[in-house]
Amino acid sequence: MTLANEQNGPAARSDERLKKVSTLTGVLRRPELGAVAGLVLVTVFFLLTANPAMFTLAGVVNFMAPAAQLGILAVGAALLMIGGEFDLSIGSMVAFAGLVFGTALVVWQVPLSLAILVAIAFAVFIGVTNAQLTMRTGLPSFIVTLAFLFILRGLTLVGLKWASGGATQLRGMKEAVADSPLAPLFSGDAFPGLFAWLAEAGIIDTFPNGTPKVPGIPVEILWFVAIALLATWVLLRTRFGNWIFASGGDPRAARKSGVPVARVKTTLFVITALCSTLVAILTVLDAGSTDARRGFQKEFEAIIAAVIGGCLLTGGYGSAIGAFFGSIVFGMVLIGLTYTSIDQDWYLVFLGGMLLTAVVFNNVIRKRVTGER
Amino acid sequence: MSTSQTPLVEVRNLVKHFGSVIALNGVSMNVYPNEVLCLLGDNGAGKSTLINTLAGVHKPTSGDFLVDGQPRLFSGPRDALDAGIATVYQDLAMIPLMSVTRNFFMGREPMVGFGPFKRMNMDEADNVTRDEMHKIGIDVRDPQQAVGTLSGGERQCVAIARAVYFGAKVLILDEPTSALGVAQTSMVLKYINQVRAKGLGVIFITHNVRHAYAVGNRFTVLNRGKTLGTYTKDAIGIEALQNLMAGGKELQSLSEELGGTI
Repeated sequence: MTLANEQNGPAARSDERLKKVSTLTGVLRRPELGAVAGLVLVTVFFLLTANPAMFTLAGVVNFMAPAAQLGILAVGAALLMIGGEFDLSIGSMVAFAGLVFGTALVVWQVPLSLAILVAIAFAVFIGVTNAQLTMRTGLPSFIVTLAFLFILRGLTLVGLKWASGGATQLRGMKEAVADSPLAPLFSGDAFPGLFAWLAEAGIIDTFPNGTPKVPGIPVEILWFVAIALLATWVLLRTRFGNWIFASGGDPRAARKSGVPVARVKTTLFVITALCSTLVAILTVLDAGSTDARRGFQKEFEAIIAAVIGGCLLTGGYGSAIGAFFGSIVFGMVLIGLTYTSIDQDWYLVFLGGMLLTAVVFNNVIRKRVTGER
Repeated sequence: MSTSQTPLVEVRNLVKHFGSVIALNGVSMNVYPNEVLCLLGDNGAGKSTLINTLAGVHKPTSGDFLVDGQPRLFSGPRDALDAGIATVYQDLAMIPLMSVTRNFFMGREPMVGFGPFKRMNMDEADNVTRDEMHKIGIDVRDPQQAVGTLSGGERQCVAIARAVYFGAKVLILDEPTSALGVAQTSMVLKYINQVRAKGLGVIFITHNVRHAYAVGNRFTVLNRGKTLGTYTKDAIGIEALQNLMAGGKELQSLSEELGGTI
């Protein structure tokens, strides 16, 4: 802090026209800042207005479950957006993958492992189709995947009627996987033993009969956390991550530097389709049924969560962990409003408002990062 | 520059047609180690076509193309790069939103770890970037800062440093000073001179005779798809070079009209 210190420190060597970069500016450069700030704001808001039950263990699991379902999609969408493309077929893909998965289980009666493989195969096919159509035609991915938003939703309706004999719902998945060893990976709660022990020890709340109020962590939350961490690691620490930023930042420059842009984007489209498929598997096994409205409008929510997480609409910048926080903000508001006296339909107003704020905020951040004047 | 040496790259009577358009109609030039060859030409002279042919983007229609004295035909830009011919294009192939380090190593990331844990060696990448920048006198305090925060001249230098670091023997610079101010230009020219002193052959494309004269050892003048000739620095003056490049008379009369200021 003293003058002598400053002269001996690194500041003495620096260019006098450059302002010293404070820790604050360093923090402001992080793309996920907006999402973290949003999360803090929303948390404070509900701490002040909501029933305290919201922040008990049961309450947290309550809002983390929908956050996880959205978040798995949002992390995939964020990677694709950083790679410079959109996928509007995410939501319809959830329904379509649910149909494929459900049909395999209930109509063809194959084991769970095979049903998952069939669903994955379809997802890879749809992802590659989206990518090839976008890149071969040179059309914006916005348009190509908008077409698939309708195509997949329509195919799901037609397929469901065919598979169920006229209805738009297919049932019986829970029974089909009842004794599959793989089932616990995709349904139910993890660590029931730990939670039972915690209940016995009096650390977590129990029902009067002694069973814990929260029997375990829903597996979807674990998937959500794992995928967000993996995506963040890939993005920041691997070659493929560098290629994602490069492909989205400037595909021509990336190509000149030897980055296989087409391969990167194809992989990203496949990843978003796989994320949709995972959500489909999780929700279908959870509910024991699938219907044509699964994943309705999830593509927009996922993109909004990614934007709140710091992704630029123009690509080349963003964060997977930001999308993680963005999704939690969503889950909190969706469920949190039921803990307050506020009309739940304010949710939609919030959604739009949050999107606008995030986009404006991201533009400011981008200017800061690139030093645009 | 001595005639006993083999040129790093040499083309003789290079011809390139695009359909009915004759873009190059007999171009001859060569570049030796430790020299800056300036390729001068006005708009439409065929500079871009020549660069793209040297860089492996286009295949010549006819003519000789020798690398280290051996005839070569590049199948693509990668091939040229592997032969040690690196091109720094006007748009620099840099991404403003990405950090200096990520840009420096784009497409050639250093890796550590095995199997599924294979990852980018970010620390080494940062250190190399900082060192390389330091060598050319740019103090990048934080190699993780975005390239967008650098000035135009600095970006140009980063692009050149990247090509040199990855083993270029011949460096093709496409109008590196065209959009820069005075101070930035001298920074880039100074660096070009440093690169030459390391023993590289530099092909410096420009239409600014002053910039060419400041660092060039020899000058090849291109006009309407043909080379008008190659001159060493002591064989031609700056004004003669200017006139030759513009095709002589027209510019002179125009220059007189404007009071001799071009």
